[in-house]
Amino acid sequence: MPDEAGTIGLRVARYRPDTDSEPGWQEYDVPLRREWTVLDALNHVKNEVDPTLSFRWSCRMGICGSCGMDVDGTPRLTCGTFLADFAPGPIRVEPLSNFPVVRDLVVDIDDFIQKLPRVKPWIIRDEEKSVDEGEYLQSPEELDAYKQFSMCINCMLCYAACPVYGLDPDFVGPAAIALAERYDLDSRDQGARERLDVLIEHEGVWGCTFVGECTRVCPKHVDPAGAIQRYKLKAARESVKALLLPRGAR
Amino acid sequence: MSDGGFTATHDVLVIGGGGAGLRAAIALADADPVLDVAVMSKVYPMRSHTVSAEGGAAGVIAEGDTVEEHIYDTISGSDWLGDQDAIEMFVDEAPRELLRLEHWGCPWSRQPDGHVAVRAFGGMKKMRTWFAADKTGFHMLHALYQTSLKHDDVTRYDEWFVTRLLVDDGRVHGVVAVELMTGRIRAVAAKAVVLATGGCGKVFPFTTNANINTGDGMALAYRAGAPLKDMEFVQYHPTGLPFTGILITEAARAEGGWLLNKDGYRYLQDYDLGTPSPTPVLRSMELGPRDRLSQAFVHEVEKGRTLDSPYGPIVHLDLRHLGAKVIDAKLPFVRELCQKYERIDPVTELVPVRPVVHYMMGGVHTDLDGATPVAGLYAAGETACVSINGANRLGSNSLPECLVFGARAGRAAAEYAATAGPAPAAVAAQAADEERRLEHDLLGRAGTERVSAIRTEMQSTMEESAGIYRTGPSLAKGADTLAELQQRMARVGVADRSRSFNTELVAALELANLLDVAECILRSGLQRQESRGAHQRTDFPARDDETFLTHLLVHREPDGSSRVERLPVTITRWKPGERVYGR
Ligand SMILES: Cc1cc2nc3c(=O)[nH]c(=O)nc-3n(C[C@H](O)[C@H](O)[C@H](O)COP(=O)(O)OP(=O)(O)OC[C@H]3O[C@@H](n4cnc5c(N)ncnc54)[C@H](O)[C@@H]3O)c2cc1C
Ligand code: SF4
Ligand code: FES
Repeated sequence: MPDEAGTIGLRVARYRPDTDSEPGWQEYDVPLRREWTVLDALNHVKNEVDPTLSFRWSCRMGICGSCGMDVDGTPRLTCGTFLADFAPGPIRVEPLSNFPVVRDLVVDIDDFIQKLPRVKPWIIRDEEKSVDEGEYLQSPEELDAYKQFSMCINCMLCYAACPVYGLDPDFVGPAAIALAERYDLDSRDQGARERLDVLIEHEGVWGCTFVGECTRVCPKHVDPAGAIQRYKLKAARESVKALLLPRGAR
Repeated sequence: MSDGGFTATHDVLVIGGGGAGLRAAIALADADPVLDVAVMSKVYPMRSHTVSAEGGAAGVIAEGDTVEEHIYDTISGSDWLGDQDAIEMFVDEAPRELLRLEHWGCPWSRQPDGHVAVRAFGGMKKMRTWFAADKTGFHMLHALYQTSLKHDDVTRYDEWFVTRLLVDDGRVHGVVAVELMTGRIRAVAAKAVVLATGGCGKVFPFTTNANINTGDGMALAYRAGAPLKDMEFVQYHPTGLPFTGILITEAARAEGGWLLNKDGYRYLQDYDLGTPSPTPVLRSMELGPRDRLSQAFVHEVEKGRTLDSPYGPIVHLDLRHLGAKVIDAKLPFVRELCQKYERIDPVTELVPVRPVVHYMMGGVHTDLDGATPVAGLYAAGETACVSINGANRLGSNSLPECLVFGARAGRAAAEYAATAGPAPAAVAAQAADEERRLEHDLLGRAGTERVSAIRTEMQSTMEESAGIYRTGPSLAKGADTLAELQQRMARVGVADRSRSFNTELVAALELANLLDVAECILRSGLQRQESRGAHQRTDFPARDDETFLTHLLVHREPDGSSRVERLPVTITRWKPGERVYGR
């Protein structure tokens, strides 16, 4: 194999609920190859050293969102994180924070899966036009308006980085709010009001204290913090209206 | 499940949450509101491999394009092995399906006037490929997933791995699956089952496919009595990144990219694919079909005109003349992938590429409604073979195939389920059998063989015996090695004693599936003594319509051996002719 420059240590968090009483660490030495990602190193361990190490992955090209882990203290996609950037090591690999650990590097993201439908991330229209009438026209500028927020791969790095989600599990969280904003900004959609009703509720957007960690760790430049900020403004405008106007006039 | 009962019962169970599976699930939910529908998938739906598709989805919408032309391109692209009735129906329904996805929010790239934009694609005579920049599959899958959330009555089994179809007397009645989170083995009953489990690229060592593309549905159906069709046709995509096998989409050539050999020469002109022109010409040169382009690469290697890389010979994809503006607008993901995984910038540098296993034309034999010969069992998407792709799929036909046939299979399964009865008692016994097999033959056993070792050997065997060019002896030798590997597979055990998220168990189950699929590829490859599309036999270099204008179906016999049967190709209006590109 080309480009071999010695080895690098991986310090991997291990936990098997049915056999371990508490999480522990395991060290592995892996070849330090220029083109290897942390995911390649984990697969090397799994295939050649220790088949019991468990982690999720699939596309190995930064698009399926499966392989998020905490690498040296920061949530990252392991398929896009290169060993060489951490030389001489060792590299600490842990499951994403803020989620229950199922096993080794696998976390339980069911909370997000349950919350996502609450923000109604689909096109809502007063009247749906039939397919026979052709497409909804949308100019490139209209597309650009929401494009960024449509790039979310649900990798959960932002949830792992969010201090608020860590403390307040009822907070809807960055990616779900970004998706709500994605549909609000889509010229084909008329559901902004319904989504605001959901997000204005107690733990919707209000939990966020503008730490901005979510945007910093997002591998797809979605800017969830920006989405949350926009929602807060919308929500604030609504509550001002609520104070000034009788209910029927809102 | 230890009481032998079922964890749950549904009218229709869809296996797979990719493009085909989610489209089927929505079609089912729309078909009949009282129908009890469930989707089971070994990964969360938005992790499915459809997410990786880059280039686009074909459908006739542009002015000046016609259904006839899309049909002809697909038929000639298939080297006349595609069934023409299926292709006509597919081409006819694709635009409506793509429009429906537009209504569901898919962010298709647009023209300045707001209409959906289309781009050129290989083997297509007109610009007809809809795209969402170069993340088409990602946007389609998320639009489908998010739209599916509207249907909150659809039950989801996320991260459940199906290990067996329960079939009694030629009818399907449900599945056995491992719930990965807990490791529990469960039986779920269903009157109808739709397989939408995707492709099998992992049979080979170097592939664009994701880790999860292990041909599970093909193996499940095969063992349940449904034959696999056209399995000898494996598509190599001409432009994969060395080492990772990450795809550089055909859209890069559609936007004007050139393929250069080591002398900077556009070598495709030497292979009857047309003459070079500075701007792309449809159905010519770099926009020829994938089988022909990948074969041209092999000849360049033989002539010593490729470059060496640590990962084998390569040629160059030149995008520099497109400029940063076009690349960032139309191919941003290509730029991102090159920068990340090759540390080069395609705006100023040449991209190293080589052919890479990409797509399986073959699959579970179905009719136009996705029905397999097993009653109640349907299949759609890459795991199925209707067939519209014949001996060579055209790029951007497969995403719309998932939609068109996913929807058709869903509707047909809904109708079937309305009349089917409950599962007979024998099925519970079968489920208990399967539980015993998993417990004792895999989990409860040390084993003397390792999954990763057998997998590596299988992959290199397949590359050597059934690559871009094959021969009778190479296929036969491969089949012998596979038979040995099958024996070794019987001695595999799962060292991991923990039940929760046991990925070693998953890998073992996947490997068993891969081996069966690999066997079928070699079996039909040996039988087809001609060269057609992606199946090139140097010992039989010509196409032989006299003998082989026919599909090959591999059936599994009760003793585990296989039997090959022929099925004529459906020809409606297009008589087999020469495939002409660039002239
Ligand atoms: C990199 C790349 C780019 C591509 N680009 C294009 C393109 O531009 N245009 C085009 O038309 N085509 C393209 N293709 C091809 C196309 O993407 C695929 O053929 C298509 O997405 C397959 O979709 P599917 O729904 O059949 O399967 P998948 O999306 O692969 O989904 C399979 C599903 O089945 C589930 N599953 C599998 N096995 C089991 C099991 N045992 N138990 C439970 N669940 C299971 C999985 O969890 C998954 O949800 C591309 C392919 C690749 C590899
Ligand atoms: S917003 Fe970014 S970090 Fe958060 S889930 Fe989406 S892609 Fe991942
Ligand atoms: S493996 Fe898909 S994002 Fe990393």
